[in-house]
Amino acid sequence: MSSLALVAHQFRYDQKAFWRNPAAVFFTVMFPVVVFLILAVVFDGSTVAVDGGVEATTYYVPAIMALSVISATMQTLAMTLVIAREDGRLKRGRGTPMPAWVFIAGRIGNSIVVAVLMLALLAAIGGALYSVPFPWSHLPELLLTLVVGAASFCCLGIALTAAIPSQDAAAPIVNALLLPLYFLSGIFIPEDELPGGVIDFANHFPVRPFFEAFFSAYVPGAGNAIAWHELTVVGIWGVAGLLLAIRFFRWTPRSG
Amino acid sequence: MRGIDLEVQAGEVFAFLGPNGAGKTTTVEILEGYRKRSGGEVTVLGEDPEKAGREWRERIGIVLQSGRLDPYLTVRESLGLYAGYYRAPRPIDEVIALIGLEQKADVRASKLSGGQQRRLDVGMALVGDPELLFLDEPTTGFDPSARRQAWDAIAGLRELGKTVFLTTHYMDEAQRLADRVTIIADGEIVARGTPEDLGDRESQPATIRYREGEREVSVETTTLVQTLHELTGAALARGEDLDGLEVTRPSLEDVYLELTAPPEEASVAEDGPAGEAPK
Repeated sequence: MSSLALVAHQFRYDQKAFWRNPAAVFFTVMFPVVVFLILAVVFDGSTVAVDGGVEATTYYVPAIMALSVISATMQTLAMTLVIAREDGRLKRGRGTPMPAWVFIAGRIGNSIVVAVLMLALLAAIGGALYSVPFPWSHLPELLLTLVVGAASFCCLGIALTAAIPSQDAAAPIVNALLLPLYFLSGIFIPEDELPGGVIDFANHFPVRPFFEAFFSAYVPGAGNAIAWHELTVVGIWGVAGLLLAIRFFRWTPRSG
Repeated sequence: MRGIDLEVQAGEVFAFLGPNGAGKTTTVEILEGYRKRSGGEVTVLGEDPEKAGREWRERIGIVLQSGRLDPYLTVRESLGLYAGYYRAPRPIDEVIALIGLEQKADVRASKLSGGQQRRLDVGMALVGDPELLFLDEPTTGFDPSARRQAWDAIAGLRELGKTVFLTTHYMDEAQRLADRVTIIADGEIVARGTPEDLGDRESQPATIRYREGEREVSVETTTLVQTLHELTGAALARGEDLDGLEVTRPSLEDVYLELTAPPEEASVAEDGPAGEAPK
């Protein structure tokens, strides 16, 4: 097999395993949809004071999309790679002729496909239930934001595995990092309800800038549809994650 | 570890036997290319495992000591995934037949018993049709029927003409499966040979036991026939019986336990001066 065919082969089996894994499907697919529906029902009719006022239901479509992308990439990779590592499955794979990068590429491909599916699903739900228009005219900006974000959060997820010592620790560590950031970044609570200091704080981490970039592309108001500054912050986090991943990622179990 | 000197012939089943912590997994991981050695020379299939690449990996198969499977893939899918990694894989149905999982081919790994999972594990190492197969403690923690299943799968490898490097801490496993056995204890090789002549059992002292009234008598001898003749002759002359007479030779298990006993114990058994116990 050529390298590309090998990546496709690995990706095909990763997809099978992903869709049969109830925990992965729940947290990556069901959870964002449920959260969006709850927030939309609770805040329907109110406006968020951003860009001169945006309907809450419109606000939450890119917010939960950002969450979905992070969940499909960083969260899924960190969890499934730690479980595979501690199971000895990564080590077994390293004993075969398959190059390491093929394995990682297959997993990243899996994450990106799931992220794109979630965008389509949330766009369809937002459009059907709350008439949130899909920004067809800003598709290139949206895709650029998605690519930079997905790549960066994949790198961060792979790097994070190095800080997770065991299978049991995977979910608590990932959630302890991401859940507070979702709250502080205006993903669950509308950002006009948050004190300015909170947003300033969250701006230093990758979740808030990614959400802002996504929002600019999805709800193009008067401003620029590409939030260069925010995308740069996300990208810097991604490069840091990549370097940490290259340095600290391990294929052999840490326990036992 | 020091002074580990091994040579494995093509086409044989070689057992590397020793208690837990003796250095078996360290050795096998050096041979598999997972671990760097601090010194010495290693050649596996003509290459140094530390530097060997993809071509070399095409020719070996590895079953790790504790390797779980992807719970969401079936037997056929797990084998299919690994078959894709190799240039010339063995047909998947053939591998399924080899490991005897025809009835479970479309069952997910999470639904297999421990013995069946281990057989699938062996199948994943076989699917690339390797010349050399490493098996690290393939039956540790198994119940007797799962062990039997795994043994049958491993015995089948010999018929395929594969070279097998097996580590185990079970004497009976080495005896049953291996052409040649090397015993390691505390990082050093303490014995090597075929399972039959290992530890030179024929020349080891035999033990004669019987009762004299209430007293248990035990006699160790290297000249068994003569000693036995004297004892029974004397008893016949007195017109007595020797109650509970039995003669035992050390079993393979005894030889193994003696060879792998911790240094202090071994020196006591040999009646050597305590200060000269090998360190």
